[in-house]
Amino acid sequence: MSDVADRVRKIVVEHLGVEEDKVTETASFIDDLGADSLDTVELVMAFEEEFGIEIPDDAAETIQTFGDAVKFINGAQ
Amino acid sequence: MFDLNGKNVLITGASGGIGGAIAKALHAAGATVALSGTRVAPLEALAAELGDRAHVLPCNLSDAEAVTALPKQAADAMGSVDILVNNAGITRDNIFMRMSDDEWSSVLDVNLTSTMRLCKGVIRGMMKSRWGRIVNISSVVGATGNPGQANYAASKAGVVGMSKSIAYEVASRGITVNCVAPGFITTAMTDKLTDDQKAGILTQVPAGRMGNADEIAAAVLYLSSQEAAYVTGTTLHVNGGMAML
Repeated sequence: MSDVADRVRKIVVEHLGVEEDKVTETASFIDDLGADSLDTVELVMAFEEEFGIEIPDDAAETIQTFGDAVKFINGAQ
Repeated sequence: MFDLNGKNVLITGASGGIGGAIAKALHAAGATVALSGTRVAPLEALAAELGDRAHVLPCNLSDAEAVTALPKQAADAMGSVDILVNNAGITRDNIFMRMSDDEWSSVLDVNLTSTMRLCKGVIRGMMKSRWGRIVNISSVVGATGNPGQANYAASKAGVVGMSKSIAYEVASRGITVNCVAPGFITTAMTDKLTDDQKAGILTQVPAGRMGNADEIAAAVLYLSSQEAAYVTGTTLHVNGGMAML
């Protein structure tokens, strides 16, 4: 669990250039972490690569926060 | 002048005159090319002529599934698709009052919808590599209109609007999306015109002659190059002054 969260956090920090402590459970990529809509697509692509999973478009749309991403990836693995 | 060594290109309509010229120009600049089209024999012949760095990927662009599969086939064959040239197009001319739904939709499907699908299919890889070039072949007719070609003109104008929108979205990722709009170009299609028809056309062309496919290919080569990195969302008109837009 924590391993997934750490890896997701690392991707978010690297991609969006934000401080690690800003990436909280409820942090919204767009509203809190300054992502634009293209960044969210790229984050999903990065998650797919890191975890070797497929995230379909309709599922990707539900991933709005850091917590959403961790939850989805835990469920997909 | 332009160096495309190490770049992988997917070209549709490569069995036609303009597509073939584009393939040759990009290949001569060092690119690896995936040649797509409906007719296999001319594609094989072109690939044989080019020698190394040429792949043949037949595809019927009115088949949505085949179109969706094409970018992946190209990436599998070459390793990536760095440059996409949407050149394939069809015409089904008729005066507007007689134009059937089928004449309308078949032209829109191939010229606009398949272009959309191919753009979608390659853009993911381009986003990842932070580099990409999409060159969509429009037409002077998309800007000026032409009697008997409401479907074709709509599809070619649609390609311009779509290209600009995609260009906006992906510009920050090093991807450019542009159009080339040919005027009257000497191809198998225009060879069928009578001398009278040709003379009539040429009265509208300040250059006083038809263009040739190599002149379209040169425009595509430029827009595909590293040097054109700051050019995006534009339409390069190659029409001998027929429409100065």
